[in-house]
Amino acid sequence: MTIRLPAAVREFGLPRILIAAFLVALFAVAIATHMSFAILLTDCIARVARNGILVLALLPAIQGGLGLNFGLPIGIICGLIGCVISLNFGVHGVAGVALAMGVGVALAVPVGAAYGWLLNRTRGQEMMVGTYLGFALVSGMSIFWLLAPFRNPTLVWAIGGKGLRTTLALTGIYDRVLDRWLQFDVAGVTIPTGALLAFLGLCFLVWLFFRTRMGITIAAARSNPRFALAAGISDERTRIQASVLTTVLGAVGIVVYSQSFGFVQLYTAPLLMAFPAIACILIGGATVTRATIAHVIIGTLLFQSILTTALPVTSQVIEGDISETARLIIQNGMILYALTRFGK
Amino acid sequence: MDPGGSGPGGGGAPVLELRDIGKEYEGVRVVKGVSLAIPAGEIHALLGENGAGKSTLMNILFGMPVIQETGGYTGEILLDGRPVRFRSPGEAIAAGIGMVHQEFMLLPGFRIAENIKLNREPSRRNLLSRVLGSGLERLDVRRMREDARRALDRVGLGIDEWLPVAGLPVGHMQFVEIAREVDKEQLRALIFDEPTAVLTETEAERLLETMRAFARSGVAVLFITHRLEEVRAIADRATVLRDGEVVGVVDPKTTSVVRIAEMMVGRPAGPTAGRRQLPAGGEAAMTIEHLRVDMPGEPVLDVSLVVRRGEILGIGGLAGQGKIGIANGVMGLYPASGRVALDGREFPLNRPREALERGLAFVSEDRRGVGLLGEESVELNIALSALEAQGRFLRPFPVPALRPLDPRALRAHADAMIRDLDIRTTGPAQQVRRLSGGNQQKVCLARAMTLRPKLLFVSEPTRGIDVGAKARVLEILTRLNREEGVTLVLTSSELAELRALCDRVAIIYRGRVETILPPDAPDAAFGLAMAGEEQAA
Repeated sequence: MTIRLPAAVREFGLPRILIAAFLVALFAVAIATHMSFAILLTDCIARVARNGILVLALLPAIQGGLGLNFGLPIGIICGLIGCVISLNFGVHGVAGVALAMGVGVALAVPVGAAYGWLLNRTRGQEMMVGTYLGFALVSGMSIFWLLAPFRNPTLVWAIGGKGLRTTLALTGIYDRVLDRWLQFDVAGVTIPTGALLAFLGLCFLVWLFFRTRMGITIAAARSNPRFALAAGISDERTRIQASVLTTVLGAVGIVVYSQSFGFVQLYTAPLLMAFPAIACILIGGATVTRATIAHVIIGTLLFQSILTTALPVTSQVIEGDISETARLIIQNGMILYALTRFGK
Repeated sequence: MDPGGSGPGGGGAPVLELRDIGKEYEGVRVVKGVSLAIPAGEIHALLGENGAGKSTLMNILFGMPVIQETGGYTGEILLDGRPVRFRSPGEAIAAGIGMVHQEFMLLPGFRIAENIKLNREPSRRNLLSRVLGSGLERLDVRRMREDARRALDRVGLGIDEWLPVAGLPVGHMQFVEIAREVDKEQLRALIFDEPTAVLTETEAERLLETMRAFARSGVAVLFITHRLEEVRAIADRATVLRDGEVVGVVDPKTTSVVRIAEMMVGRPAGPTAGRRQLPAGGEAAMTIEHLRVDMPGEPVLDVSLVVRRGEILGIGGLAGQGKIGIANGVMGLYPASGRVALDGREFPLNRPREALERGLAFVSEDRRGVGLLGEESVELNIALSALEAQGRFLRPFPVPALRPLDPRALRAHADAMIRDLDIRTTGPAQQVRRLSGGNQQKVCLARAMTLRPKLLFVSEPTRGIDVGAKARVLEILTRLNREEGVTLVLTSSELAELRALCDRVAIIYRGRVETILPPDAPDAAFGLAMAGEEQAA
């Protein structure tokens, strides 16, 4: 039996409403327990700016018919290599971030094309293949981080002098360099202007891209491959284009994430990074086959705000920490929900 | 008990009777008040073009789940005089109805005997099955093989029953499928759904012989086909369907093939208007030589045709003969071989992009599958092919692939097309899937016209759309030809439509051009050509 929901509720999506209500409840508890609302909001905005591009990276994959890109770590690793190279050369400030992004993107283009080629050969199982390719690559790269010929003493283990450390601090190099650009305070809330602009600017560029000839072609091939064939479009090509784009954005996303976080995390850190990003875009209202920029922005706001608020609020109310549990339930529940809707 | 059949020649009480069967899919009535009765021992043919409602009728009769899921059916089915209403194929089988499917429903990895006895395996009880239920009983392989052997012998298939099905020739698979039905005890009615489509001629003959044997043993046989010669050879009576309605019940032994073909495709609507004289032996726009297209269900074997500049060339023929495959092959949508020249220059096959760039356009017979992006707006659907193939509706940008859409040009063009073609929509931004069939077809036409083609292929332009829209679509096509000078190749199952519009009509039979007729040729000539009896006449 199906329950008929009012049209307005169905339009906005029941899961989104539940999660928004949960968020409002958290804020209410925060106010009731006299927590600093300004600090909460500052954290929320910082996390949106930090994670936004990684969520945005999923959009081309969905629009290109590749489904949810569980292989996001592939792009992330390209970005991480960029970071390590820029750190190795000791490039500071915005130039360092730019170099990291440049190297990351240069790597992500061929890697994304190869990933797309593989997905074309495993049609219909993109999400499964992406998950396992991501896992395999993260593990393979762990060996690379150990053996890579980086000699800069700030990066390698102090004892032995070989192998990169698991976490590289960016303090004094390009820690929060984008966040602090044009940063200002409103009523005690800090706005990380640079990082926020980078996120929104890229959102605009991606929106614009899907209104160009190539973007329209990619979306059309996803929407109906046989139509595309009749219009002279090769959907193998559009799927590779989508895969390159998602990988490139993943590389850029992790550089922005790292500078905002203040650390570059190597080894197994990228392993599960696709999951929260996927939860974000799904909470925003995307499905496995259709996503918009609005889904990216709304989803990132909702999910990241919950993560930020849940920890301090719950520790105020009850002993112990349920925020991590709440995160896992929401994140994986959302992915599960989206997969049950697949093909409907 | 029901007193006698309803049609002519219905002797004895009918084993299987359909009374006033009706079925709607999403508001479209695909079967309208069909009644037929088959007495024991009769071979009854069900004839009709694609889309006439044959398959839906069989799905209803066999209790296929798709019928329940889409709201059931109206009317009554009687088996041996008792009303029945099957909710699953299992119920239909248990009641004594067997069905030989058009597409094989066999498990390729299983042996022939296993396929024949599937889900009806003879078995022996053992200790485990006594405790845990009959699902764990041991198979009685010896009896399985014996039963399968007997069934195979009855259909005259002398191969080892213990061979796996995978790798058998398709003809043999068809007989395994039939043997499975033979093996069912208390079989009352047997339905054959286009069983000879995949058989060679000798195999087909053997199949017909098997059908006769069934009928002699007192089973009612319902035979669905569009091969008229087989109907004449074997059927006692034939019911002809068109657009979901019974057009007539005939005795195929005494009714001419021509008459039956006419009933299937419909008579011409009257004298055709606006005929004109094309310059004799006009210049060739496209020459097709020895075209072969591997399109499943509509194979083209060897077609040679000349399309003259400025004409409307019709392509007709019964379903499955290959008429649909020609346009699909030239446009590169299905693998094709042969030689095609456009404007005297070699034209490459299997390159859809090239076809568009050389000034061809195609309105597909598969509107929802190939013709439209259902989720997208009317305006994008209209512009997309031109945008992709010709780079129109874009604003300038140094990198051609990244040129952004020009929404104003897009909207203006869509508005003009909506006005011109009278597309009924709430606006250019409406999703195409929300339009009615007729208006969707107009969107397809608008997209093809936007390409400004020199030569336009249009397939089944009026299939599944209402009468008003039909007239409008045909009018648009005529105008395109007369006023814009576009050469048209019109493929259609509706002979009346071809004769009303075309300058010449090529009739396709068994993947070849049977003959090319003027539209005012006598009905009999068309009937004979469609039945493949041109040479005999």
